[in-house]
Amino acid sequence: MRPRSAALVTIAAITAAVLAWSGFAPIHIASRNEVFVIPKGTWARRMSGDKVEILPDHIRLTLGLRDILVLRNRDDVPQIFGPTLMMPGQSFSLPFAQASEYTFNCTAHVSGQMTIIVEPYPASPWARVRWRARKLLSELHEPVGTS
Amino acid sequence: MAAVAAGAAAAPAFKAGLFDPPRQAPDFSLQGTDGHELRMSRYRGKVVLLAFGYSSCTAVCPITLATLAAARRELGPAAADVQVLYVTVDPERDVPARLEAFLHNFDATFIGGTGTPQQLAGVRQDYGISAQKLVTRDGYAYSHSSFTYLIDRGGRIRALMPYGHSPEDYVNDLKILLKE
Repeated sequence: MRPRSAALVTIAAITAAVLAWSGFAPIHIASRNEVFVIPKGTWARRMSGDKVEILPDHIRLTLGLRDILVLRNRDDVPQIFGPTLMMPGQSFSLPFAQASEYTFNCTAHVSGQMTIIVEPYPASPWARVRWRARKLLSELHEPVGTS
Repeated sequence: MAAVAAGAAAAPAFKAGLFDPPRQAPDFSLQGTDGHELRMSRYRGKVVLLAFGYSSCTAVCPITLATLAAARRELGPAAADVQVLYVTVDPERDVPARLEAFLHNFDATFIGGTGTPQQLAGVRQDYGISAQKLVTRDGYAYSHSSFTYLIDRGGRIRALMPYGHSPEDYVNDLKILLKE
């Protein structure tokens, strides 16, 4: 076999192995919480004219894997965060049990709304591949304010 | 592993979103549809379901109130320790008689609250409720927060149930709070 062909075969084999693992290996996660935090000093930064974006307009959750939205106010003042008013130091944990699209009023957003998309558990191999790929991408682009 | 499973089983699983730590529900003084002053502190010792809306609401409020009424029916005698309070965001139209008639379509024990626009704005601010008046072809409507607060016997805001949950979800959470 020529060296170039051997390299292509190797790449194809590795790709197939990664896809097979992504599709068939069970998904293990440490926590079902998707956490967003208002850091200390956010209010002061906003008052000084700094545009601080904590919550994305759209939050994507997955049943059985990451289906609890956790909001934490670490600032020194009460904040409207997501759907609710939160006192300094307070957390709010909202579990989801049905795959659907949820819209909440949220004054933290320019649109005045926050959308939470809850997707079903990735039961099929292809769904697991997509879930793992999206997780990898989101970890590469983790927004400020999450933890 | 067994201990972890036992611990998980022992922890009550709420369907609503939980506050940690819970804060004391701010007190207020409004005009109640039962002819008395409506104060949150008056219901200490009961589990309170607190919702905001208006009697002309055609989208959210009828469904929420029907759900709360169904949950109370499902609870049976234990419902005597559950009080539904419904504070209007539309004092212009929701005079006590109109609000009472609206609420009694769902459950005769529901108590509504109204007041001056300033009083109601203060209550909304204390509870983080949004209400925006929108001009419509027929007059006006409100876009308002659609969730319901669950307040425990000690008067603490324990949980927030988003719009759309079933009576069974409310019953689940109410049973947890009633046992405390």
